[in-house]
Amino acid sequence: MTKENPLKILELQLQAEKIREKVVDMIFSSKSGHIGGSLSSVDINTALYFHIMNIDPENAMKEDRDRFILSKGHSVEALYAVLAARGFIRDSLLETYGQFNSVLEGHPTKNVPGVEHNSGALGHGLSVGVGMAIAAKMDNRSYRTYVLMGDGEQGEGSVYEAAMSASHYKLDNLIAIIDRNELQISGNTEEVMMLEPIRERWEAFGWEVYDVDGNNIGTLVDNFASLDFSNKKPKLIIAHTIKGCGISFMESLASWHHGVVNEKQYEEAISEINERIKNLRAKITEYEKR
Amino acid sequence: MKNDNTIPCRKTFTDTLLELAGQDRDIIAVTTDARGSVTLTSFAQELPDQFIELGIAEQNAVGIAAGLASAGKKTFVCGPASFYSARSLEQVKVDVAYSKNPVKILGVSGGVSYGALGYTHHSLHDIAVLRTFPGMHIVLPCDIYQTKKLVHELVDYPYPVYIRLGRNAVPNVYDNENTGFQIGKAAVLLEGHDITIIGTGETVYHCLQAGKQLHSRGIKARIIDMHTLKPVDRNTIVKAAQETKCIITVEEHSIFGGLGGAVAEITAQVHPVPMCILGIPDEFVVHGTPLQVFKYYGIDSTGIFDNALRLLNSIGISKEMTGNTL
Repeated sequence: MTKENPLKILELQLQAEKIREKVVDMIFSSKSGHIGGSLSSVDINTALYFHIMNIDPENAMKEDRDRFILSKGHSVEALYAVLAARGFIRDSLLETYGQFNSVLEGHPTKNVPGVEHNSGALGHGLSVGVGMAIAAKMDNRSYRTYVLMGDGEQGEGSVYEAAMSASHYKLDNLIAIIDRNELQISGNTEEVMMLEPIRERWEAFGWEVYDVDGNNIGTLVDNFASLDFSNKKPKLIIAHTIKGCGISFMESLASWHHGVVNEKQYEEAISEINERIKNLRAKITEYEKR
Repeated sequence: MKNDNTIPCRKTFTDTLLELAGQDRDIIAVTTDARGSVTLTSFAQELPDQFIELGIAEQNAVGIAAGLASAGKKTFVCGPASFYSARSLEQVKVDVAYSKNPVKILGVSGGVSYGALGYTHHSLHDIAVLRTFPGMHIVLPCDIYQTKKLVHELVDYPYPVYIRLGRNAVPNVYDNENTGFQIGKAAVLLEGHDITIIGTGETVYHCLQAGKQLHSRGIKARIIDMHTLKPVDRNTIVKAAQETKCIITVEEHSIFGGLGGAVAEITAQVHPVPMCILGIPDEFVVHGTPLQVFKYYGIDSTGIFDNALRLLNSIGISKEMTGNTL
């Protein structure tokens, strides 16, 4: 049972489903994108952008804003959809995704309001996050820096350079998240290149590590909200997720890393999402009547 | 007196940076177990809160520098040019240039400065590679006076800049700090209409020496200090192509894609002139001290002088003037 108000959690779940719908829309119309990892990270993005982070779409660059870096830049559809839902960009802009000269490129760029850093090459985001977190400490600012990485991304050596420096500089204002969907483009992460034991490796680097159900918004917000930002330790959330989460025929299949739905699959996916949206709305209405 | 300088440019750079950082808490120096070779030891001791040591991890250092700059810090990430222009190249491409973070990357002991330490420690590719990153600026100062002026200009400069300095003290080109230095604006050190010789960084001194020799032979050589490789001073290059008969470029860099390439890209399209590109040919550098290496590849004053005569002769210009010595 979550510590957060159940109504709030229902609303966040509803928001996440609407974002899933947008992600599927974008990828179906542009015939390109990284659907598997976008869907696995939707709940993480929703928890952060709609509940946890101190951000203001009206003043996207305010100095004390929390920073979010999408180090796994290929999950960009989920980011664009959440930025639109949160009001950083217009909803109609999402329709330009994949079109010639659209500002919405296939990996995030700072040309899009709300994006902090250009990403796409893996193993970069955590170092940049360390820099932002050090700057916050230097300036006695309270903002926090969140960095979302992929699990396949853990193959990049630069991740561990960054991990070392974050604990060396006692960056308790830095929160790394691994979208642990256990799949990368070529298959199961443990078969491609063994990543486990992730927890023990990061603990050995001096990090405080949490294992969380990364597709459960209630658990996610509870975990983010309970972090101790004064214990001198950087935090790692291993968010255990399902690649393609929310579309039954995609779930846990590496082939959907950057698969594109055909018309029939699109209808099926949207119908699954809409069914959940209907149920969530009903639950919310019921809850509000109490 | 001006050519008995004993201070390396890197020392001038860091001394000036320390002086400015003492009055500006936003100036941050980042390094990778290279405080000694960069000469940041005093900075680390005097301003520990503005100094970030990261151990031997250039990729992380450049990424962190980008994050610091993104958060408003005037960030100088400093270490050997060879590593910062290769090991951390993708971070320079993505986190600095593409993300438009105005990090200043100080590559010390550039070119063949490390001499006998060999090819791993040489940076003869850096200009060619970094020149292709949109928004990346590149400056190679030639002496301590220019270096000092450069640091002042860099602190609030709103673009990412790669600065390459050598390791050893080199003779001064300018007489004092009033060099009129400005990023992107080349300096004409000697006027002339027969031939233009363009140098950058440590080769500028050798170009100037060669130029003086040529003038004493009656050959009016125009000598240009092209300290900024990007954005390159297009007007000065076009003017040289139009007003002189041929151009020699001299660089402590591969002959591919550096100063010679930058000049040729412009002259070939605007006003073609005979050119000679002096630098390190397509081979792993011969083992030796920097001066031995300069001499071997003809980028010292003697080599430049000889090549100037050869170029003038080859285009049939005033054999009597050159003395037909070659």
